[in-house]
Amino acid sequence: MTVLADTALAADARRERRFFLSLSLPALFIVGLAAILPIVWIIRQSFLTTGGEYTVGNYEKVLSSGLTWSALVTTLELSLGTLAICILLGTPLALALASARPRVANLLMAFVMLPLWTSILVRTYGWLVLLRRDGLINAALTGSGLTAEPLPLVYNFTGTLIGMVHYMLPLFLLPVYAAMRDIDANLIRASASMGATLGQAIRTVILPLSAGGIFSGSIIVFIYTIGFFITPAVLGGGKVNPLSIRIERTLSTFQDWGSASVLGILLLILMALMGVMFLAARRLIAGRKVGTAHA
Amino acid sequence: MLEAYPDNRLSRILLWSFCALVMAFLMLPTMVVVPLSFSSSNLLEFPPRAYSLRWYETLFGSATWMAALRTSLILGALTAMIAVPLGLLACISINRLGGKAAVAIQGVLLTPSIVPGILLAIGLFFVLAAQHLVGTLFGVLVGHVVLAIPVACVVLLPALARFDWNQVQAARSLGANWARAIGGIIVPQLQISLLSATLMAFLTSLDESVISIFVASGQNSTLPKLMFLSLRDQIDPTIAAISTLWTVIVVAVVLIVTLRQKS
Repeated sequence: MTVLADTALAADARRERRFFLSLSLPALFIVGLAAILPIVWIIRQSFLTTGGEYTVGNYEKVLSSGLTWSALVTTLELSLGTLAICILLGTPLALALASARPRVANLLMAFVMLPLWTSILVRTYGWLVLLRRDGLINAALTGSGLTAEPLPLVYNFTGTLIGMVHYMLPLFLLPVYAAMRDIDANLIRASASMGATLGQAIRTVILPLSAGGIFSGSIIVFIYTIGFFITPAVLGGGKVNPLSIRIERTLSTFQDWGSASVLGILLLILMALMGVMFLAARRLIAGRKVGTAHA
Repeated sequence: MLEAYPDNRLSRILLWSFCALVMAFLMLPTMVVVPLSFSSSNLLEFPPRAYSLRWYETLFGSATWMAALRTSLILGALTAMIAVPLGLLACISINRLGGKAAVAIQGVLLTPSIVPGILLAIGLFFVLAAQHLVGTLFGVLVGHVVLAIPVACVVLLPALARFDWNQVQAARSLGANWARAIGGIIVPQLQISLLSATLMAFLTSLDESVISIFVASGQNSTLPKLMFLSLRDQIDPTIAAISTLWTVIVVAVVLIVTLRQKS
């Protein structure tokens, strides 16, 4: 009797599990259709000629082109440049926000979030207006006598980098701010009472404890910037050509679907490589923490 | 946090002036666009010498801009209407299954937000081209829905975690079928989170540009696509006017979400 009831219950539980599994099917189906199938299609397309025959010619063509390698370098320069500036600007800002009174911090956070809620095209337009030869920034620079000539700030690498940092900074800030908020203020009081200077407290207490947040922020910056398209397309003025721009140009100007697909796969490989490196770095950091705890 | 260091006034002043500069950097592009849209001149001078509404007149008189605005709003609404129910069902599934199955489902649903937009865009372009669907609203819509599903889940999963599942079991044992249990018990209790998820999904679609640029065309061009094309060609203050309007719409939606969550 109990055995029968048990099997009946188990069958019931299995049926329920199947039902819950089926609830996610519509969402999984559409993700498969509109995200996973397209990626598979890119891989397929990279092995096809325009006539639809199998070939490795696309790979030979793309990998032997100097443009591909300079695009790869530009992609990394933009990505790592953005990351470096985000760390330099974002970490002190997060520290200031975390040390402010909650009310002030919330208000300032709202201002930090404003650009996040502004369309990237609106912001790019804003930067175009600000950075032009006769724009506000150059007017301020020449007006104050800092530079004699207006600087070339837009339609080049500098402009692209400014636009990308502006896009990424709030997204970088969020995890760093969250990590710093969570630091127990008593630890800093303790370090102060034991004679650490402010600089020492920041270096030996605050920064190590917010390393996780800085790390998450860095991954976010990397994932976003590696395929950035709008900013280099508009603020780069045709002179900044990361992989994303090369993909678009290969596709729309040369109608070369095969080569565009190969470039897309390069982008995927680059992402995977950097992902592995980030994971290895995280393990290293975590390992060192355990090491110091034992010492 | 730094109250243990009250007499470090100099470093505090330095830190805060640095912050003021960074904040100014963050605010500047949005701030510069608004006054420019009210300029009376067709030069991009800042601050404008005289103010007028002429760029808004141009904007509202332009069939192209208005069509794009309409397309974007319809697309946003459709995206939210599809992504939120799908997201809710998936979240119930993740919440109930737990363990490895839940992690796997979450992983798949998150793929679209990790893969670079440009790859999704060209991949979707290839798939749609094979079905002769490039340039249709449908093509952009599926792209936006898969981007909006993870956004909806981020809002709905924590809400479901707080939900007392015993209520559903009670309803089921009293004879309610699943549709009634979900529609009559879960949905009403998650009302506020569902509204937030809807608005966030709407915003995700509204803000998306790369898929639109590659997949939308002609009649179905979205506002971001049209703005992108104009930014490449010429930059007159009409774009400042549409930018201002755009930002006002988005900030209004965000305010509704924030205030709803607080109350």
